[in-house]
Amino acid sequence: MDHQPPPFFKRGPAPLARLSFYAMLSLALLFFDSRFQTLELLRQAVSLFTHPIQQLAQAPIEFLRNSTDYFSSLSQLREENALLRRARLSGAEALLRARDLEAENDRLRKLLEVRERQRISGRVAQILYAARDPFSRRVVVDKGQQDKLSAGQPVVDDAGVIGQVTRVFPFVSEITLITDKDQAVPIQILRTGQRSVVFGLGDGRLELRFLPVNADVREDDLLVTSGLDGVFPGGLPVAKVSHIERDTSYTFARVYCLPLAGVENFGEVMVLDPREALSIPEQLKPQPAPASATRPGGRRRLRRE
Amino acid sequence: MQPIFHSARILLPVRPWFIAATLFAALLLDFLPTSDWPWMPDWVALVLVFWSIREPRRVGMGAGFLLGLVMDVADASLLGQHALAYVLAAYAGAAMSRRILWFSLAKQALHVLPLLLMAQGVQYLVRAMPGVVLPGPAYFLGPFVGMALWPPLTFVLLLPQYQPEDRDENRPL
Repeated sequence: MDHQPPPFFKRGPAPLARLSFYAMLSLALLFFDSRFQTLELLRQAVSLFTHPIQQLAQAPIEFLRNSTDYFSSLSQLREENALLRRARLSGAEALLRARDLEAENDRLRKLLEVRERQRISGRVAQILYAARDPFSRRVVVDKGQQDKLSAGQPVVDDAGVIGQVTRVFPFVSEITLITDKDQAVPIQILRTGQRSVVFGLGDGRLELRFLPVNADVREDDLLVTSGLDGVFPGGLPVAKVSHIERDTSYTFARVYCLPLAGVENFGEVMVLDPREALSIPEQLKPQPAPASATRPGGRRRLRRE
Repeated sequence: MQPIFHSARILLPVRPWFIAATLFAALLLDFLPTSDWPWMPDWVALVLVFWSIREPRRVGMGAGFLLGLVMDVADASLLGQHALAYVLAAYAGAAMSRRILWFSLAKQALHVLPLLLMAQGVQYLVRAMPGVVLPGPAYFLGPFVGMALWPPLTFVLLLPQYQPEDRDENRPL
């Protein structure tokens, strides 16, 4: 059986075999990434290679931006400075009162033996660029594992909630904006105190779902975080109701909102530290299982009646 | 004279580092923050298709898979989305490499369009599965821009392989 081709004609596996190998590999990656999210380590390893290239690609744009900053005129800066000073003065009164109110609130809460409000702290990060993926709304900021960021942390700017950290790489991390499709934020309507959840629509708007047609919502109602999720601290502004469709043939009203924060803008954002897990009161803690329930030596099995 | 099979122009052999450099440059171009311009072509797909047509022995599905993985991580898309599209594009490019070079550059560009559209369409299908919001028709403008770029791209990428033209009447080739 000497029908082997001479070694210099050997080309490895046939193209179709190679195609099916690589296609199956890609499909397996797709499946595992979308269903189990178990490939973060691979992602981080590849990002160590892509990150410098991305920075290299950003460099000319950074340079252009910096140079225009450098040549911006003196009068412009002076004007901006005056504007900022005025803004700080007008905000000072509210800030001073807020400090006073916070102290008073603490005292009252102690008197009432209600849990104290959690203090918010965070760190400033710079938005580097919007992720190029046209299917989602995400941005990348310049802080990552090196700065002890972790997935799930809320992100705000000076006007309200922007989104949530969803993926952390060694030097950068990815923020899913609240306008991303099906990104949910638990909110309450400030005027009525009604709790609900607001969902991103993917086109820059948000939608308040599952509110009955006769619900007490008006245009220009302010939505703030309710803090019930254990992720977002309560009371942060999220969105303003922009348009309501009440059609009695549907069970729920369609309530569209616009985000308050500059979600699509670039600049600095604040990544809030993760909230401490709320401790469960003593009465509600799960009782340790009685000794007879576990068989010594054997693996305990859950049995459903 | 165009560098196609029935032209009399003989190209120098390609240098491997030049292929790597052009693929790297395409990556750089793709990483530019151009998410506001959906008509920007996918440079990596374009250059990958070019080399898989010109040099199917050197650039093939393996390179496509690796580049796709890199693009997936950089784009923050689903892992494997670009990889699948690029592997299919590289396969199709290699499969038609024998016949496409007989055509003129304009006709070659018409051959390349379905490849680029397929690469884009595969990603569209992959992402359409879990029911996300889909980008508008502008998403499919990129391949058309890519098709228009095919003739100048061919000229630029083959520049290092051109020989100086010195006509010799006794030896027409």
